[in-house]
Amino acid sequence: MNNPGLYHMLFVSTALFFIGVYGFFTRRNLITMLMSIELILNSVCLNFIAFNKYAWPGKMDGLFFTLFIIAAAAAEAALAIAIIINLYRSHNTIDVNAAEEMKY
Amino acid sequence: MPDFLLLMKSELMITLIIFILLIIKLGKGLRNEQILTLIQVLLLVNTAIAAIITEPGKLFGEMFQSNSLICLQKTFISLALYLVSLAFSGWFRKTEHLTEFFVLMLSSVLGMYFLLSAGNLLMLFLSLELSTLPVAALANFELEKKKSAEAAMKMILSSAFSTGIMLFGISLFYGATGTLEFVQLAGAVHINNLQLMALVFLISAFAFKLSVVPFHLWTADVYQGSPTPVTAFLSVISKATMAFVLAALLFKVLAVFEPAWHWLLVWLSLATMLIGNLFAIRQTNIKRFLAFSSIAQVGFILAGMTGTAVSGTASVSFFILVYIFSNLAAFVVAGILSDQFQVEDLEGFRGLRKKNPFLAWMMALAVFSLAGIPPAAGFFGKIFLLGSGAYSGHVWFILLAALNMVVSLYYYLKIIRLMFMEESAADPVIYSVSRSEKFTLVICASGIVFTGVFSWIYDYIYRISS
Repeated sequence: MNNPGLYHMLFVSTALFFIGVYGFFTRRNLITMLMSIELILNSVCLNFIAFNKYAWPGKMDGLFFTLFIIAAAAAEAALAIAIIINLYRSHNTIDVNAAEEMKY
Repeated sequence: MPDFLLLMKSELMITLIIFILLIIKLGKGLRNEQILTLIQVLLLVNTAIAAIITEPGKLFGEMFQSNSLICLQKTFISLALYLVSLAFSGWFRKTEHLTEFFVLMLSSVLGMYFLLSAGNLLMLFLSLELSTLPVAALANFELEKKKSAEAAMKMILSSAFSTGIMLFGISLFYGATGTLEFVQLAGAVHINNLQLMALVFLISAFAFKLSVVPFHLWTADVYQGSPTPVTAFLSVISKATMAFVLAALLFKVLAVFEPAWHWLLVWLSLATMLIGNLFAIRQTNIKRFLAFSSIAQVGFILAGMTGTAVSGTASVSFFILVYIFSNLAAFVVAGILSDQFQVEDLEGFRGLRKKNPFLAWMMALAVFSLAGIPPAAGFFGKIFLLGSGAYSGHVWFILLAALNMVVSLYYYLKIIRLMFMEESAADPVIYSVSRSEKFTLVICASGIVFTGVFSWIYDYIYRISS
């Protein structure tokens, strides 16, 4: 068995990205949609680390970018959950189909 | 004075205002009116500081850059922010958490300043997050309203998703070139399949923020559900920044991909104009109406970006200046109507000339400018945008864009007809207009009239764009 190379890593991260996009478009539960977005962000992190390790081993840009993505994703998730809790208080559900007061 | 203080003057000033507000929040005893007056004075100072045009310079290893054009763009944003703080004073006085509101809004503006000055993709990502996340919280500011919660949910999900898409594009650029700095990136990129995919991801993310057509679905809902000051902030300031940044990215960093993104912008622009116009026709809510009209305006901005680097940047910057005045005036009038009588329907404009001639004439001027009718500056803004688009030589494209302006006349003039030619069935109510609202409207009106007439404004913008 060979050691995993750049293409293996990119395959995993790209698959993760599109699983995230698919989940975001098909799931109707807000928390699950948020999880899909986290999948997308994690796939990007994986991308950066793989590129940093295999393609540009001398530079640290990718690793630093990953750290910032993790921090920003945490902030985003905190805010999104606060908004979802507030939505739950007014709508009594976290199904996106219930939030349909405004359309077209 | 060290470079650091001079180049980052706007950012430091906004940070200072945020800290002042936080300290005020700790103490007690200041009433809303006093805090609001203080904020207005500080924002006026901020506009004056931003208007000092400095020499070009770079800080923090090219993370942060500044030049005359960026200074000017920051001045536009500061001016618009000052006008927003003046215009919605009625709403601000009533709101319970005034300081929090402004802390969030100013954080977002701080993000926008850094976004304009970004010289590195990491900086671009971080400042984009800083400029969009607080706005989602602002959209939720009327906690007891169902619509506000729905708008915030749509805003946070779509902006988080678009951030994810943009990051994926950035990671592909990093993989292909090994650098994140704009200057090195501009030299290292070249057209191949991987980088074209990265380009599409990056442009789609900005299309989300600018509400370009396939990505516009969140716009109308968020505009309608948010409180009116937030809607004005989103539609004027946030959109202006994103247009500036997209133009800078396309012309400075991704110029190599010109053959690829040129056609992308042509089709996106046509689709945006057409869909924006068609959906604006059928709206009955004034905020949704203005949302779709602003989508249509973005179509024209994209048409300007299909031109050469200098003409594209200059015409977009000039149009944004005009757009700030005209769109803000429309939102102020809509805000006054919705604030005093909870009327958010277009029917609220029926017979407005009888009820309050001042508001009716201001709205008429704003609508004329948005539609692009000659004496108003909107006409010149659109002439420059289409003129810039015409450099590429697609006559049919410019013709279709001009035809779209005709379509837009239909729904813009519908408001004029409602205000001036139709009588309202109810007894005439006099809408009272406070002094600060009147002041904002007068500034906007003079902006609409004079930015078009004084040709040195465009000449100046054109000179510093090259």
